Amino acid sequence: MTHDLTRLSAAEMAARLTAGEITSVELTQAHLDRIAAVEADVHAFLHVNGEEALATAADVDARRAAGEDLHPLAGVPIAIKDVVVTKGMPTTAGSKILEGWVPPYDATLVEKIRAAGMPILGKTNMDEFAMGSSTEHSAYGVTRNPWDLGRIPGGSGGGSAAAVAAFEAPLAVGTDTGGSIRQPGAVTGTVGVKPTYGGISRYGLIAMASSLDQAGPVTRTVLDSALLHELMGGHDPRDSTSIDEDVPPVVDAARQGAAGDLAGVRIGVVTELSGEGYQPGVSARFEESLDVLRGLGAEIVEVSCPHFEYALGAYYLIMPSEASSNLAKFDGMRFGLRVEPEEGPVTAERVMSATRGAGFGDEVKRRVILGTYALSAGYYDAYYGSAQKVRTLIQRDFDAAFEKVDVLVSPTAPTTAFELGSKLDDPLAMYLNDVATIPANLAGVPGLSVPNGVSDDGLPVGFQILAPAKQDHRMYRVGAALENALETTWGGPILAKAPELEEKR
Amino acid sequence: MSAAVDLVGYDEAVRRYDPVIGIEVHVELGTRTKMFCAAEVEFGGEPNTQTTPVSLGLPGALPVVNGKAVESAIKIGLALNCQIAESCRFARKNYFYPDVPKNFQTSQYDEPIAFDGYLDVELDDGEIFRVEIERAHMEEDAGKNTHVGGSGGRIHGAAYSLVDYNRAGIPLVEIVTRPIEGAGARAPEVARAYVRALRDIFRALDVSEARMERGNVRADVNLSLRATPDAPLGTRTETKNVNSFRSVERAVRYEVSRQAAVLDGAGTVIQETRHWHEDTGITTSGRVKSDAEDYRYFPEPDLVPVAPSRAWVEEIRASLPEMPADRRRRLQGEWGYADAEMRDVVNAGAVEIIEATVAAGSSAAGARKWWMGELARKAKTDELELADLPVTPEQIAQLQGLVDSGRINDKLARQALEGVLAGEGDPEQVVVARGLEVVSDDGPLLEAIDAALVAQPDLVEKIKGGNMGPVGAIIGAVMKATRGQADAGRVRELVMERLG
Repeated sequence: MTHDLTRLSAAEMAARLTAGEITSVELTQAHLDRIAAVEADVHAFLHVNGEEALATAADVDARRAAGEDLHPLAGVPIAIKDVVVTKGMPTTAGSKILEGWVPPYDATLVEKIRAAGMPILGKTNMDEFAMGSSTEHSAYGVTRNPWDLGRIPGGSGGGSAAAVAAFEAPLAVGTDTGGSIRQPGAVTGTVGVKPTYGGISRYGLIAMASSLDQAGPVTRTVLDSALLHELMGGHDPRDSTSIDEDVPPVVDAARQGAAGDLAGVRIGVVTELSGEGYQPGVSARFEESLDVLRGLGAEIVEVSCPHFEYALGAYYLIMPSEASSNLAKFDGMRFGLRVEPEEGPVTAERVMSATRGAGFGDEVKRRVILGTYALSAGYYDAYYGSAQKVRTLIQRDFDAAFEKVDVLVSPTAPTTAFELGSKLDDPLAMYLNDVATIPANLAGVPGLSVPNGVSDDGLPVGFQILAPAKQDHRMYRVGAALENALETTWGGPILAKAPELEEKR
Repeated sequence: MSAAVDLVGYDEAVRRYDPVIGIEVHVELGTRTKMFCAAEVEFGGEPNTQTTPVSLGLPGALPVVNGKAVESAIKIGLALNCQIAESCRFARKNYFYPDVPKNFQTSQYDEPIAFDGYLDVELDDGEIFRVEIERAHMEEDAGKNTHVGGSGGRIHGAAYSLVDYNRAGIPLVEIVTRPIEGAGARAPEVARAYVRALRDIFRALDVSEARMERGNVRADVNLSLRATPDAPLGTRTETKNVNSFRSVERAVRYEVSRQAAVLDGAGTVIQETRHWHEDTGITTSGRVKSDAEDYRYFPEPDLVPVAPSRAWVEEIRASLPEMPADRRRRLQGEWGYADAEMRDVVNAGAVEIIEATVAAGSSAAGARKWWMGELARKAKTDELELADLPVTPEQIAQLQGLVDSGRINDKLARQALEGVLAGEGDPEQVVVARGLEVVSDDGPLLEAIDAALVAQPDLVEKIKGGNMGPVGAIIGAVMKATRGQADAGRVRELVMERLG
């Protein structure tokens, strides 16, 4: 019975809680049991917050029993990527340099989750400081893809995606700087959304690249993402880059989309995000999905975004530049790891050096060095300056494309999940995995990845939908329509196609 | 410390070299909260109590610009006749140091909020010297390091260091001049007068307490010498953290003498920062400024640009208070002080207190007499500011009123003031309690006069003989007998009546 509870969507869980058919304690316990049963294989969590989660659940149950007016998601448990600070709960961002640090404050989105009465199951694994596409750069071990334990769950938010795919959590929070929500969604058969930049407060997100970072939902259905998006979104006076407007009507759009009618919707296929480098199975599923959308009444046209080919290059200058500065604060002086030099004088400078040397992993060091170089006097204009110009050109490509169509679409990632360890020695090959997701971050526009089948290798693939800034509801409508049509064809959700994990005790 | 440095006498140095100065002044704004977070700002708090995750640079924290600080910066810009940017961004100045919690300082760099202004500075002799302002920009202060275990609180040889982040994130405005040329031998005086004029403006604008001794206002003084005013600028040094008007003047004088000696010896001045030593009045070499110093500035991605609307700027301009120089000119006219008198009042920092005294009903001359005389001496003896003396402008106005109405004379008034300073109450109360009122009833006076005449018959004879000299002695005796409470003029009249 409890086993079945974890298979429900968050919306269904919420409905049963509201109807009084189940309690939050039952639901939360079911997930903690599932975590205990599969974590040895999946390792999606860095910290499990069982006691507090059950206490929250009991509190919500009591308030519901007392007839209190509760948030629709009250009592539905959630997992949070370890890059988001949580008061009283360890927060490491996947790095040794923050081992043992317990933040004294909550991120704004965590405050909202707590205020809604959602039990927090724990903190999920990730590439160190969200730098990576496979979660292999975590300082605390890899997370395995529930579809094939020998493969990566994507990254940087592999923990959140794997937790949701393995029914360890119905909902999770991710962050997306270059695709860290959408690409893990694609390779684990889950839904991932990067809202418009500024749509959800960044206050309390340990920053990698401030102008690109965006938190968003990781779920099993488009509607669930919309529900979580609506909860977390909105203006935050503590984040001056947050949008000072109401959250777009994402939940309504998801419900409207599920009704299946896309008549009059213009969908643009980005020429530059297809062809060479895309796995045949990925391309085949993409073409089939276009047919499905056409069948729902949408008009499909091809749109060129000529500057997208420079996006990866610009991204790998802007992101490390900002990261090199954002990560400067990790120096052993105020919090986290502190390492004193083994010999010689113990000066502040030498402690900083020893701490950073021991506390950061190779990928972090690689990007800090790259960014420091790109910002240096004499190189700034050529690197950081040029990259900003490319960014402007990409924004213009989007503007021009959205003059012609309502949304843009592409495969989310060029390949299905690759084998653990297979790209660790080739950073460039790893970076190429984000080629389709990065343009949205550079332009600040929203992107959604929804599962659209399995490739020839039996692994899931994702379909990416991009909308203009602050028009997030458009992609929810199209995403829900596609999801609904595909599930009808399949006779159930995509995760039903995944092999059952062995439950251990 | 290095061996004694050769110096060229100042007059000699400025005869042969033309000094050019440049001044960077940092002022701490008196906002309730910090530049980028809601941490309260108060002087003298327990270490690390005025912090938030933002000002501690904790992971995940984000800055938000303090609107009041922006308004203060605009006020300063307008008071310095600057243009106000329509849109300007913050930047990150990246460098590792424990007192900078994020290991970068959030500061404006190539887009200051105010630029291209000037300030007309009044020198000691009343001459006006125009200082051109390049820019005024906003930034945040760093924390404060305390080095423990070394000699004299220096980092060298210290066992460990403590950091207090209460100051980290306090809003600063930095005001940078263009090279100040043409001051010649008066360069030190111009430097002092400029910093002082800024301090007065900060106070008038009410943007800062602007207390030099608390470090609210800090000056970095750049100086270079060149052979003639036509020659290109020489290599400059930057003397950091000069924190009093007098020190600004002394630091410039010292650097002129030192650099002249270096140039005379066919040496080259090294471009470097220098430390000012208040006790010995000299500067010593700090770190050499080289190209290796690369702050990797880039636009702060956590903040949106600051874009003050023109309407808001005009609203602020319209609400600016009268500037100190204008006010001084107006008050001097109203009070009828001579130039020298006004200058003394200004230099003594007595403008406000005299203004308050006049407002309380005193004559301007009377107010000046008390505050620049008796009370100035008292303040000097007790090492206090005039405003910190235990007497109010209202009390001084009342005291002067008692003199003007003839109820007490100057001498009695000084006794009454003593009483006021001793905490015996208002002048009125002291006069009554001490019985200081001028004796205006002729009866007691005549008694005293008669007694004096009887006591000194020889003097009476002389006066009667036409020698008026001894009258003063008689009056003196009467004044003594009445403990100074008699009106000396009236006594003289009565003496003359008695002696026909």
